Amino acid sequence: MTGPRVPGVLKGLATTARTALRPAHTSEYPDVPPDLPPRSRGVIALLEENCTSCMLCARECPDWCIHIDSHKETVPAPAPGGRERQRNVLDRFAIDFSLCMYCGICIEVCPFDALFWSPQFEYAETDIRDLLHEKERLGGWMASVPAPPALDERAAPPAEETAASRPARGGPRGGAGRTPPARPPRTVRPRVVESEDPS
Amino acid sequence: MSALEVTLRALSALAAFLVLPLVVGQAEHKVMAHMQGRLGPMYAGGFHGWAQLVADGVKFAQKEDIVPRAADRGVFRLAPAVALVPYLVALAVLPVHPGVAAVDVPGSVLVVLAATAVGALGTLMAGWSSANKYSLIGGLRAAAQLVSYELPIVLAVASVAIAGGSLSLMALADAWTPWWLLWQLPGAVVFLVAGVAELQRPPFDMPIADAELVMGAWTEYTGLRFAFFLLAEYAGIVVVSVLFAVLWLGGWQGPFDDTLGWLWTLLKAFGVAIVVVWVRVSWPRLREDQLQRLAWLWLVPLGLLQLLLTGVGVVSGW
Repeated sequence: MTGPRVPGVLKGLATTARTALRPAHTSEYPDVPPDLPPRSRGVIALLEENCTSCMLCARECPDWCIHIDSHKETVPAPAPGGRERQRNVLDRFAIDFSLCMYCGICIEVCPFDALFWSPQFEYAETDIRDLLHEKERLGGWMASVPAPPALDERAAPPAEETAASRPARGGPRGGAGRTPPARPPRTVRPRVVESEDPS
Repeated sequence: MSALEVTLRALSALAAFLVLPLVVGQAEHKVMAHMQGRLGPMYAGGFHGWAQLVADGVKFAQKEDIVPRAADRGVFRLAPAVALVPYLVALAVLPVHPGVAAVDVPGSVLVVLAATAVGALGTLMAGWSSANKYSLIGGLRAAAQLVSYELPIVLAVASVAIAGGSLSLMALADAWTPWWLLWQLPGAVVFLVAGVAELQRPPFDMPIADAELVMGAWTEYTGLRFAFFLLAEYAGIVVVSVLFAVLWLGGWQGPFDDTLGWLWTLLKAFGVAIVVVWVRVSWPRLREDQLQRLAWLWLVPLGLLQLLLTGVGVVSGW
């Protein structure tokens, strides 16, 4: 009976002994902060200055967990004789995290980079109604938003940088090649400038 | 022996009885956890959860002491004490140092064997008196196990007693030589296997078998009485480990044994206790028929063989 079973029995002892000599898998979470992967979806942070109350995020949200209130304010004309302008002022921006399913569509869809993923995840509440967070709390999470990951080597320059380095409109552009640019581009991006040069 | 000395000896035996099982229990918590890739208790007491079992004891003491209505009250309440006290008696006669035991009796081998055999009776009483079918099945399995495994234990210990020519643990430990490690090896294996079975610890925990019998004979117990059963289990490990260390590993024999003998005994016993824990973590539970088969078809013949070997060795003067 024991004959063929002995090796297995010894193997069991060896396995447990080997596991005992290796470091344990336990993560001591409250004492040791967890090692989160990059781009962790903890909570959605709001950069209020960038928000134009365009409502795109609220409309795209699959379960309608974003609440936005705003009103229009009239901005006096910047120069005498100019026209008065109107702009939206954000009154309320709230995300109900009891409904949010962390799909990130609001962040994707925001044209003005007002919403960001933050890896912060410690905002559990004992009452589900306390999970509706207003813009002050959402703004507070901006501090925990990590810097965007570095670009890959030899990646194309980001669209924003390309746009910023382009010469201003209305500059001497017509005679491309015959007249040099009036002023150097704001961001030195040789590739972009070269495309304008005929040489 | 003056009254003061008697008191001191009794108190030291009691202190060992309260401390050593907790040390073994804590070691089991930690060793088992690390063998399973966990950390085990980390909070109680601050440093690596050293006070976890103290906290458990406090918790058990706070719990309600429930006796089922249909239970045999007297037996039910007495059972934990019957399980626990024999191990105290056994621990009192175990020697730890040359000439040092709480009680030094000439036939200490017999006292230890008799006392540990009584301990398993507590499980039987608990199973019988609980008025619960799971408890009853557990209790009867415990009785069957006790009957089967008492015999190999006695055979193995008898072999050492013959080899050392004494029934006193102290004399046997003094008579031990490293040659016994080989000569008494079959008996040592038999004793260790049967000892773990006698304690009803995994892989021989068929009477407890929490997956099928809830908690066997302990099912209806709560609070301090349940804690006493647990304490009895760990005290049992201590008794079996120290007994194994004294009889088969030479007890206090080692470098500087006139001053450090007690340390050697305890270290060897602790090593045996770790093996008992290790076996628990590594092996699955034996089925009831496998359990009986192992005892009667392997351990008893092996014990008899050892007895024969020892007899031949003693007569021919090895």
